[in-house]
Amino acid sequence: MNHESHWVLGRLDWSALPFWDALQHPTTMNIVNAIIASGAGAMVILGGLIAAAALTWTKRWRWLWSEWLTSPDHKKIGIMFIVIALVMLARAVIEAVFMRLQQAVGLDGGFLTAEHFGQLFTTHGTIMVFFMAMPFLTGIINYVMPLQIGTRDLSFPVMNTISLGLTAAGAALVMVSLVLAPFSTGGWSGYPSFTESAANPGAGVDYWIWAVTLSTLSSTLTGINFAVTIYKKRAPGMTWFRLPLFTWTALCTSILMIFGMPPLTVATALLALDRYLDFHFFTADLGGNMMNYINLFWAFGHPEVYILILPAFGIFSEIFSTFSGKTLYGYTALVIATLAIAVLSFTVWLHHFFTMGQSAHINAIFGIATMLIGVPTGVKIYDWMLTMFRGRIRFSVPMIYAIGFIMLFVLGGLTGVILAVPSVDYQIHNSLFLVAHFHNMLIPGLLFGMLAGTNLWFPKAFGFRLEERWGRRAAYCWIVGFMMAFFPLYALGVLGMPRRSAAFFEPTYLPWTLIAGIGAIVILVAMLFLLLQLWVSVRDRELNRVPGGDPWDGRSLEWSVSSPPPEYNFPVIPEIHGRDAYMRQKESGGGAHPRPDDYTDITMPANTAMGAIIGMTGFLMAFGLTWYEWWLVMAAGGATLVALVARGFTRQRTRTITAAEVHRQHDTWLRELASLRPVTRAEEQSSANRGLPASPVEGAVQ
Amino acid sequence: MIIGLTLIVVLPVLVLTPLILARYRYGRNSEYRPHWAFSKIADTAIWGVPFLVVIALAIVAWRGTVSLDPYKPIDSNKAPLRVQVVGFDWKWLFIYPDQGVATVNDLVIPTHRPISLQLTSASVMQGFFVPALGSQVDVMNRMVTRLHLEADQEGEFPGKNMQYNGKGFHLQRFATHAVDDEAFQRFADRTRRSGNALDAHVLDALNEKSTAAQLTQEIEPQNAVSKPAALRFGSVPHDLFQAIADHETPDWSSLTSKVPVSSGPATPDDRGEKQP
Amino acid sequence: MNSTSTRHPGLNLGHAHGEAHEASEELVFGFWVFMMSDLIIFGLLFATYITMLGGTAGGPGPHELFELKSAFIETMLLLISSFTFGMASLALKYRSDRKVLVGWLVVTLLLGLGFIAHELYDFHKMFSEGGVPSRSGFLSAFFALVPLHGLHVTGACIWLVALLGQIAVHGLDTPTKTGLMRLAILWHFLDVVWIGIFSIVYLGGIA
Ligand code: HEM
Ligand SMILES: [Cu+2]
Ligand SMILES: [Cu+2]
Repeated sequence: MNHESHWVLGRLDWSALPFWDALQHPTTMNIVNAIIASGAGAMVILGGLIAAAALTWTKRWRWLWSEWLTSPDHKKIGIMFIVIALVMLARAVIEAVFMRLQQAVGLDGGFLTAEHFGQLFTTHGTIMVFFMAMPFLTGIINYVMPLQIGTRDLSFPVMNTISLGLTAAGAALVMVSLVLAPFSTGGWSGYPSFTESAANPGAGVDYWIWAVTLSTLSSTLTGINFAVTIYKKRAPGMTWFRLPLFTWTALCTSILMIFGMPPLTVATALLALDRYLDFHFFTADLGGNMMNYINLFWAFGHPEVYILILPAFGIFSEIFSTFSGKTLYGYTALVIATLAIAVLSFTVWLHHFFTMGQSAHINAIFGIATMLIGVPTGVKIYDWMLTMFRGRIRFSVPMIYAIGFIMLFVLGGLTGVILAVPSVDYQIHNSLFLVAHFHNMLIPGLLFGMLAGTNLWFPKAFGFRLEERWGRRAAYCWIVGFMMAFFPLYALGVLGMPRRSAAFFEPTYLPWTLIAGIGAIVILVAMLFLLLQLWVSVRDRELNRVPGGDPWDGRSLEWSVSSPPPEYNFPVIPEIHGRDAYMRQKESGGGAHPRPDDYTDITMPANTAMGAIIGMTGFLMAFGLTWYEWWLVMAAGGATLVALVARGFTRQRTRTITAAEVHRQHDTWLRELASLRPVTRAEEQSSANRGLPASPVEGAVQ
Repeated sequence: MIIGLTLIVVLPVLVLTPLILARYRYGRNSEYRPHWAFSKIADTAIWGVPFLVVIALAIVAWRGTVSLDPYKPIDSNKAPLRVQVVGFDWKWLFIYPDQGVATVNDLVIPTHRPISLQLTSASVMQGFFVPALGSQVDVMNRMVTRLHLEADQEGEFPGKNMQYNGKGFHLQRFATHAVDDEAFQRFADRTRRSGNALDAHVLDALNEKSTAAQLTQEIEPQNAVSKPAALRFGSVPHDLFQAIADHETPDWSSLTSKVPVSSGPATPDDRGEKQP
Repeated sequence: MNSTSTRHPGLNLGHAHGEAHEASEELVFGFWVFMMSDLIIFGLLFATYITMLGGTAGGPGPHELFELKSAFIETMLLLISSFTFGMASLALKYRSDRKVLVGWLVVTLLLGLGFIAHELYDFHKMFSEGGVPSRSGFLSAFFALVPLHGLHVTGACIWLVALLGQIAVHGLDTPTKTGLMRLAILWHFLDVVWIGIFSIVYLGGIA
């Protein structure tokens, strides 16, 4: 790595190309790795070109700009967040498969260089957490939460576009690192002093720092936006204890984001100061102390895992009650449990480094605090079981994910308790046992939750149901693939195999790594099935249309409007009289879709380019910083400032939809509704389901 | 014990969930109570039982953690053997301050005698772990951590680094040889007599990013093939460990002898067991 | 006393703006939440600073580098600017005369700029005495905490200039007013943070 800086290109030179190294040292290993890396880089370039060509071909640039990129509509922003998440999920899963294959053949070697393997686990972990999980849950909350609380938008729609822009910028930066390599090898946690410039002078760690920083800024703004929205914009009558459970979890997650993201912002910022300006926060010499970083990182890191899991808990709560045709059991207990988890999550960060030599008593206290979190979590699990108890359980795709979740998640909980005992953790810390444990929480918990939520709310967003058969196959493959890929890792961990190992020398590991490798392939197949599910669903969309808007006999307000909902969500803001607001209305016999007495003009936020601009300048700043291109940093920074100041001067910030227009659209929908045949739950998965359920209780009994 | 206690909460989920699913499947016409949402008995149980389990677990965890504290000296009528461990990228240096010798990637210890380890890192953070002998502990630059071990039987136990520190990470392994007292004494004597001096040149080589095999290649090229990955030093500056931990220069003048590199290094079977 | 005016003194959007009022309240509330998040950042930097007090690595420490007099002048500049911003807020609420408001704002801006200038001068002096961030962990922590506050003040000054521009272009309409209200929160917040810096870093360092 040369450190002379070109005045335009900074440190960027030929050696950033993924095949450069192999040209210099053409060993077989290097050539194989160069082909893999260049293939990945080529995919990024090709993907970009194909997307651009398709947009040009179909003359859709303007449409993309005015309907999507500048739209302040929370629903569209939510969908864009989810698109980012799915693209990044695909990349991170492919990387995971490469790692698993490497270890499957990794006895005494394998086909990946250690350097390449290091980049793989770092990008995989970083992407999965910051650019798959966070955008996914942010997208789903964005889409669903305002509908559930009966409002037309978030409190700060423009800030919402900026959050999206920042996340997109971070994701783009990680993608660009495939073309202009390398990425960091410091893992998703980026511990110094390994990530200090003394040990790792290259651009890799800088890519990681700025990608993560963009993501954390985005999430902080998102957290503020969600929390204020839930606090201030609930429909009349939507009191705290009438909020749907998903909204509760969204609130707790937002609060965790507001308080949990700053520690990471500080940690990465200080690390950047060390690397760029020769500060000494985490260096070994001149008074630095890397343990400060580790504390800061996990003061973020542990709340983060609850940021990831709580919305999934919310989604599962909705699913268990909807698909059991039953009120959620123990609503109040679930709310209290959620709050308890959120609060406790700030008190246990030390369990991530029991082995750093603190006193046994401190370790024991933090271990016990960690186990305490198990209590509210256990309560939730039992509440869900009691929700199904004496219900009428329908095995739709979301429910399959939910069942997979409940069975697998408790096993993850069991291993979590094991890890929480410091004296046991001394034996398995940083081994594959730990990797198995957190994947056991994150895949059945977070990822299944997000996929289940996608299946649940897709018809709301696009007006047609996702195809069930391929969906079910995908779900089964996920469940089986997960078990095959990760249960062997528990064994490997107990056998003492360290995480992040590019290769190993113990023949006893081989059977386990082979099974895990096959499991990863099954997961790849699951991804393929998800793609097929989408394709078949789009192809057969006319068969699966649900204009009625309520395909699952839903309980909360989002099901009371058309599918897709009008941009203003509710022609008239509903008045809430109790929990499960929409179900209540359906059961009350007063008609599920009352015609309002009169309509009023609706004011909606006007389109804005702020998100696109800040996303762009954010990306350029991060890229410039990574490669020491100072002119770019200053130009992009200046542009950001100008954009923010200019925004302050604009006054055309809203757009009005007239009462007559709202009236007309609502009438059209009500007429369509009147033409639909209500279906019982027995017909839920057939094309007879047009989104109008038969009167609920009767329908459920069939 | 821990698993058993936790299973009190986990097992019912694994057993009851399938039963509920089978019994209340749509179309089976079992009892249906769409509005049933609370039961005092059930709620008491689902809060109470996990809570009691956590209390029990807390007691187990507390006891275990305090009694297995890696910092706590092991009870024994023998005086512990002191070993100082330095983690380099990507090899381990073991210093025996009382014997005045050192090895790379080869930890020789007597059985049935407590070993008292002091650990530090000359580079980034690493994790010292001999799975067969007990706890792992992090080793960190400018910090000294402690660990107490004891081998109950003779044998060879692999040791590892658990904390990723770059491309040689998976190669940073070492062998722990537990031998009887006599063999240990022999090992120390021979090493003192025949091992190289750990001088400034060797320390520089240790500080480079290299695996033990590459290190051997550098300082004992003639042994690199026959004996990769185990170097012995018969003379070590008395303050080497502390100097590394404090980022200071060791007292090179305390090196007793400067044995030339070529003078018959220790061989692997020098440990005393199974002498041919 | 009506309830909205006690919740956010200074909010005076007139009685004709029912909805605008609510929207502004949301903005102000959101800004408070943002300040909480920012406060965590400062809190963590304070904590980092305290843990690194010992990390001078043989370099200059608080006694050699800090000058109480200078820090005191900066404190006064900032405290007075908070007062003048308070006067501006009162003018925004009770006076129809725009000139008074603008006058107070300009005075506030000048005090803010004075603070920044004085702080820069301090840093310059520290640098010339060898107190550079690359010297030690202690100095790193100092130069992360104190200049971050300075950067906030700079940002607040830029915002203030922008708002003066908005007053010139749009007059005192609702967006300008809510802008001023949020800036006021930020300004007083920075004052509070500075008092923390003054007592923990400067007074604590020299004592
Ligand atoms: C979809 C299937 C997945 C597979 C096959 C997979 C596989 C892997 C593998 C092989 C590793 C490296 C283990 C090692 O250190 O040796 C890893 C690490 C990791 N994975 Fe996954 N993973 C998957 C999904 C996820 C998901 C959904 C998340 C989070 C939302 C996630 C987060 C992580 C993290 C944080 C790491 C640690 C990276 C590091 O060591 O710094 N993974 N995964
Ligand atoms: Cu944790
Ligand atoms: Cu430490």
